[in-house]
Amino acid sequence: MAMTITEKILAAHAGKDHVAPGELLNVKIDLALGNDITAPVAIREFEKIGVSGVFDREKIALIPDHFVPNKDIKSAEQAKQMKDFAIKHDLALYFEVGRMGIEHCLLPEQGLVGPGDLVIGADSHTCTYGALGAFSTGIGSTDLAAAMALGETWLKVPESVKFIYEGTLPPWVGGKDLILHTIGRIGVDGALYRAMEFTGPAIESLSMDGRFTMCNMAVEAGAKNGIIAPDETTRAYVEGRSRRLYQFYASDEEAKYAAVYRYDVSRLEPQVAFPHLPENVRSVSAAGHITIDQAVIGSCTNGRLADLREAAGVLKDRKVHKNVRLIIFPGTQEIYRQALKEGLIETFIDAGAAVSTPTCGPCLGGHMGILAKGERAVATTNRNFTGRMGHPESEVYLSGPAVAAASAILGRIAHPQEVK
Amino acid sequence: MLLKGKAWKFGNDIDTDVIIPARYLNTSDPAELAKHCMEDADPGFSARIQPGDIIVAGKNFGCGSSREHAPIAIKAAGIACVIAPTFARIFYRNAFNIGLPICESAEAAGDIDAGNEVTVDLKTGIITNLTKNKTYRATPVPPFMQQIITAGGLINYVAERVKNHV
Repeated sequence: MAMTITEKILAAHAGKDHVAPGELLNVKIDLALGNDITAPVAIREFEKIGVSGVFDREKIALIPDHFVPNKDIKSAEQAKQMKDFAIKHDLALYFEVGRMGIEHCLLPEQGLVGPGDLVIGADSHTCTYGALGAFSTGIGSTDLAAAMALGETWLKVPESVKFIYEGTLPPWVGGKDLILHTIGRIGVDGALYRAMEFTGPAIESLSMDGRFTMCNMAVEAGAKNGIIAPDETTRAYVEGRSRRLYQFYASDEEAKYAAVYRYDVSRLEPQVAFPHLPENVRSVSAAGHITIDQAVIGSCTNGRLADLREAAGVLKDRKVHKNVRLIIFPGTQEIYRQALKEGLIETFIDAGAAVSTPTCGPCLGGHMGILAKGERAVATTNRNFTGRMGHPESEVYLSGPAVAAASAILGRIAHPQEVK
Repeated sequence: MLLKGKAWKFGNDIDTDVIIPARYLNTSDPAELAKHCMEDADPGFSARIQPGDIIVAGKNFGCGSSREHAPIAIKAAGIACVIAPTFARIFYRNAFNIGLPICESAEAAGDIDAGNEVTVDLKTGIITNLTKNKTYRATPVPPFMQQIITAGGLINYVAERVKNHV
């Protein structure tokens, strides 16, 4: 029986030859993930199970990234709870501030997730690793607790939906624009409970970083996972990096899909999602005159090197608008270091931007860039819900790095081509 | 189990940032989270509800973050059940895991008005609107998830497994 890539990975981890959508499986997991917000709840539940230890000290990643460096005493207590647990159970994959990164940037970079893996994480953007040809999905803290004890979890096999991107991407258009365009078409529940499989010539020519961005936002369409079949781009990324044996899976030609969407992206413009849902998408030229108070470039969606290079390309020898704060936060220490070597950080500082240590802070309205009442931000992050970045009466517009950089310079939402 | 309470209505795509804003996630204390439940959609919501009341919302309830703090806040605020046409998948899973009853029913979600007296029979999935004298049917819960509920949540279910196997 023909299967999709998602079904094949699930079958392999359930010890089955074949699985079909709707089937409930008990699957072995290659990695379980938690952060400083979700892990404390998971630890509390884990203690109730009555096991003496975790299933495998090398397969649990605990990454303080949301409210770190600790923003207040309560956050510090939560981060400490997680650290104490990591020490007690001698966990191999705990990353302290200074060595950490935003979880979904850090784990692929460190070769801790790879093609064919099955990963669950107590963070909704765990779906990011589908870019490597892995099955990965977000779960809650209680599920994480059970997974830390058992090394397995239950999953329902999702129906798959295929997205085919035809054509060649125009300048200034990347993974963020593709995924925003897609969510704009299908809506924030357009792929509810389903697997989004991204294919086609435009995906084949997309960088690894662009692919991470796309799969990262699959959850914003309600999907269980986003996935891209691994190819030579994937191989070049994982070779010499992956710490485990990896396996390339691909969908069978006869595999069944609940729906197939086809987009010609040759004329796609940079996309912007208006408040307060990621589905409120317009082309940047149709945005109108929207002045901004803040621009944010970074996050698990767009905090990788290709994103910083794109932003620096726009900001080079230019200045951030006098009424705007531009905050840039590289996704990991390694990305930060490389950006420093390439002169990107100097470009940002010359332009008048603030550059932060890796943190999820501003994206979820935690710290390091909170909006006041009535303020507006353009951000390369993933959500623009009411109050997401601060006051309930503030606004977030989502875009890719080039649009965010151009908007920071012009003080309003702008196409990078408008920057002279 | 028969639940009975007054309906509080919300719209489509109620996200987890609205259910419990991230600015309160520096604690996981249920009582503390409950105070801020639905705050950005309806300030003062948690102070006005009575224990046992029911949230009736539009499609895709609980979209966004994986934060279990969202169903924890709703449960701790005293809400007995959430009825919606569809739930975001992580929220759906989390609700079962922590023992917050939820019902998928487009019919009920569309017809129940704010303030209606509603009963929910979790066993049969039958929702009754006492104010309008109407009944609706919820999508049946998969048998496997019923086992989790019967065990009293995922942790008890896993603890039983661990006790029997190890």
